[in-house]
Amino acid sequence: MKQKYGMTILLICLGLLHLAVFAAGFLSPYDVAEQDRELPFAPPTRIHFVDARGALHLRPSVCLLVEDSAQFGAYHEDTQKCFPIRFFVDGPQYKLGAVLACTRHLFGVDPPARLFLMGTDGYGRDLFSRFLHGGQISLAAGLLATLLSLGIGVLLGTASGFFGGWLDAVVMRFGELFIALPWLYLLFALRAFLPLNINPSQAFLLLIAVIGSVGWARPARLIRGVVLSGKERHYVLAARSFGGSPLYLVRRHILPQTYSIILTQAVLLIPQYILAEVTLSFLGLGVGEPEPSWGNMLASVQQYHVLVSYWWMLLPGIALVPVFLGYVLLANTLQARAT
Amino acid sequence: MKIRVSRFAVVLLAGAYLYSFTLTVLAQSPQAGEELFLSSNQVGHYGGHLVVSLRSEPKTLNPVTSLDISSREVIAQMTGDLIHINRLTQDTEPALAKTWQVSPNGLKYTLHLRHGLRFSDGHPVDADDVLFSFKVYLDEKSRSPQRDGLIIADKPVVVKRLDAYTVVFELVQPYAAAERLFDSLAILPRHLLEKAYQEGKVGQAWGLGSSPGEIAGLGPFRLKEYVAGQRIIIERNPHYWQADRKGNRLPYLDDITFLFVTSADAEVIRFQAGDTDIINRLSAADASVLERNQSIHLDDLGPSLEYNFLFFNLNATVPAQSGEITRKQNWFRQVKFRQAVSLAIDRDGITRLVYRGRATPLWTPVTPASKFWIDTAIPHPARSVDQARKMLQSAGFSWKPDGTLIDGAGSPVEFSIVTSASNSQRTQMATMIQADLKELGMRVQVVPLEFRAVLDRVFQTHDYEAAVLALGGGDVDPNSQMNVWLSSGSDHLWNIGQPHPATTWEAEIDQLMEKQLSTLKPEARKLLYNRVQEIFAENVPLICLVSPNILVGAKNQVANFKPATLDPHTLWNAQELFLVGKGSTERP
Repeated sequence: MKQKYGMTILLICLGLLHLAVFAAGFLSPYDVAEQDRELPFAPPTRIHFVDARGALHLRPSVCLLVEDSAQFGAYHEDTQKCFPIRFFVDGPQYKLGAVLACTRHLFGVDPPARLFLMGTDGYGRDLFSRFLHGGQISLAAGLLATLLSLGIGVLLGTASGFFGGWLDAVVMRFGELFIALPWLYLLFALRAFLPLNINPSQAFLLLIAVIGSVGWARPARLIRGVVLSGKERHYVLAARSFGGSPLYLVRRHILPQTYSIILTQAVLLIPQYILAEVTLSFLGLGVGEPEPSWGNMLASVQQYHVLVSYWWMLLPGIALVPVFLGYVLLANTLQARAT
Repeated sequence: MKIRVSRFAVVLLAGAYLYSFTLTVLAQSPQAGEELFLSSNQVGHYGGHLVVSLRSEPKTLNPVTSLDISSREVIAQMTGDLIHINRLTQDTEPALAKTWQVSPNGLKYTLHLRHGLRFSDGHPVDADDVLFSFKVYLDEKSRSPQRDGLIIADKPVVVKRLDAYTVVFELVQPYAAAERLFDSLAILPRHLLEKAYQEGKVGQAWGLGSSPGEIAGLGPFRLKEYVAGQRIIIERNPHYWQADRKGNRLPYLDDITFLFVTSADAEVIRFQAGDTDIINRLSAADASVLERNQSIHLDDLGPSLEYNFLFFNLNATVPAQSGEITRKQNWFRQVKFRQAVSLAIDRDGITRLVYRGRATPLWTPVTPASKFWIDTAIPHPARSVDQARKMLQSAGFSWKPDGTLIDGAGSPVEFSIVTSASNSQRTQMATMIQADLKELGMRVQVVPLEFRAVLDRVFQTHDYEAAVLALGGGDVDPNSQMNVWLSSGSDHLWNIGQPHPATTWEAEIDQLMEKQLSTLKPEARKLLYNRVQEIFAENVPLICLVSPNILVGAKNQVANFKPATLDPHTLWNAQELFLVGKGSTERP
């Protein structure tokens, strides 16, 4: 009972996160590529409920951030100039679900004040907006690459398990080759040969294709094992002796046996592939600037001075932890249920 | 039996260990008749180990063929030149040649060698070594990058021996600042290299695997130990030809260890941790972190000779399969297009965000570090997107309703900028340019590639559309930039090695540069060079961005530390450096 309760909370949290990322345009106050060159490395903006005179307000406000002239990246608040946070404001145009063009944002402040919930990066871009939009790319890459690699894996695993013989041998040896490939270096080589002019969406598709097609071998082997044992079961043998066609047998009797494995694999692969996207973008092989992804946002932390001076730049990395934890716990629960 | 053998081996190993850690070479006391160069530095004391980091492992220790910065940095400590450019004063000063005379027509240079010079292995030096060295540099088969500098008006410099201590160099036409040519041309030991030269193998000699006994030079240090992938150690040359005011033979340091540290961030971390004593080129952002450290001091030496720039591919030969590039070159070749791009770039923003104010905006490759040569009359137009738009409009470009810039044929203006992924400043600049040009309606993609892949595209295959790169001069004199200016030059990046100048303005720059080369009066040369800068600023083949300041750091214990604008910034006076206090870093 207790576990079920935790499971519900978990699912709700994961669902909310995905929803927030889906509605990134609506939730984020600024455009992801907009550079405010007056405010590089600004810390997360403080939200005030109490004004300079000590009066309490229900509507939160933010104060104007002013750079200290003496030092780069050091700021103080001008508490005399405070601006209330407004809700459902008009702002830069975005596309909800990549189709619906809107300009309405959940919250915002009037210029010249700025509201940076997670601070800004070295170009003065709002990290909160970039984080949500970056999640679109990172999560979608994880989900789509999982679909792709599981699709290939199910197809090849079932075929090689069910038919056996030379097909089995060829597919499995091929799979082993894929597992053995040093694919990181392969990707570096691939990027060097690609045309320079790939726009971010092409790069994104390429990323998914690469991550997804490299990872099919492991699920394929697992599924082959299940199919191998499944096809010897008595009811399958019975169906076969009644003249069931291979396609019918696979669809009706064998694939259902693999569902729990496929589901668990999927939930395990998604975080793995999110991480793969993060790794590739971190190494400069993923989606290019100015499009954000969690990986290329983290890439700036490679620089020593960023790492030691601006803690908020690490937030995208920290955000990965609950996401992964959520998926792994989900996988555990699914597995526990299946057995 | 077995045990005995291994015990013996242990004793041997221990002996070798002690040997390598306790033996230091002592400086020879000055001999009668020896003409030492007396340095005016603060008098120091002997001893101490200095540790510095190198960004990459040297490729070779051969001064004839070395090209990369790391190799040259190590070799500079192990070799000596006839006439040296003092990195601090930027003037020439006597080195192995104690004096020299120029004939009135400027065609004949007579150099007098110091008496009593010895290579680091103790072998005496005379005029034959000088003759041999120049024979090697001038021989095409040696493939020396220094050869180009010694070919004046298509004729090699002629070197003659008058006596054991006098050498004459003859030129076919006057050459401005000819004595600066001698800087960093290492004098080679004939007794060690002649055999290799005669077998045609001088280029392969003195690789990293060479034993210390095979290599000798006239620098303050000589090879002691090389550990592949980790470090190279050079120790005191006991026969070095410089002494301090009190007559103590330099250098003071027992040895210098170069650690191979492959990234800028790792270099900073190791310096911060105290593993290294000196850091040679620091980014402004890293400097702001190190400023908090009390045991080191940082120097901002002001503008460097390095200039960062964006440029478009104007090469006549581009890869056949990429018709794209040929099509886009129709935009890139228009002066107004390049001027518009230049106008739209926020150089002040780059200075502030990328270099934290420790840089100078630029409009030509001549940086403020060349105090004498920079043409201060070159206009510095402020950023103006409106003017840039007008300029594009007058060149036949227009805008779609959604703001996309299109050319006369209606195709959108989009291109990619390649830059080296390992250099975060250049990637940042490219990302800022991307945002700046978006305001003009241009769609720009930034493609960070591995540095070697960038160089390959720019220099070999010409398979790129635009790139952000940097060049740096070795010397303030315009002659050191000849390869960039001349249309036939190998560093004429936007259109490399043209058989004939592609444009009239490039032809004019060629003429002016050739003319200044044979003009002897500095003022007359400056007028010619000013004109070159004017033409360049009008035609913007390289859209110059900023010149970063030189930032260096050293532990407080390092004395006589006098960093300079010219390369190598910190170790140019390594022979004078010494460590005060407890100071010396433990060897890794």
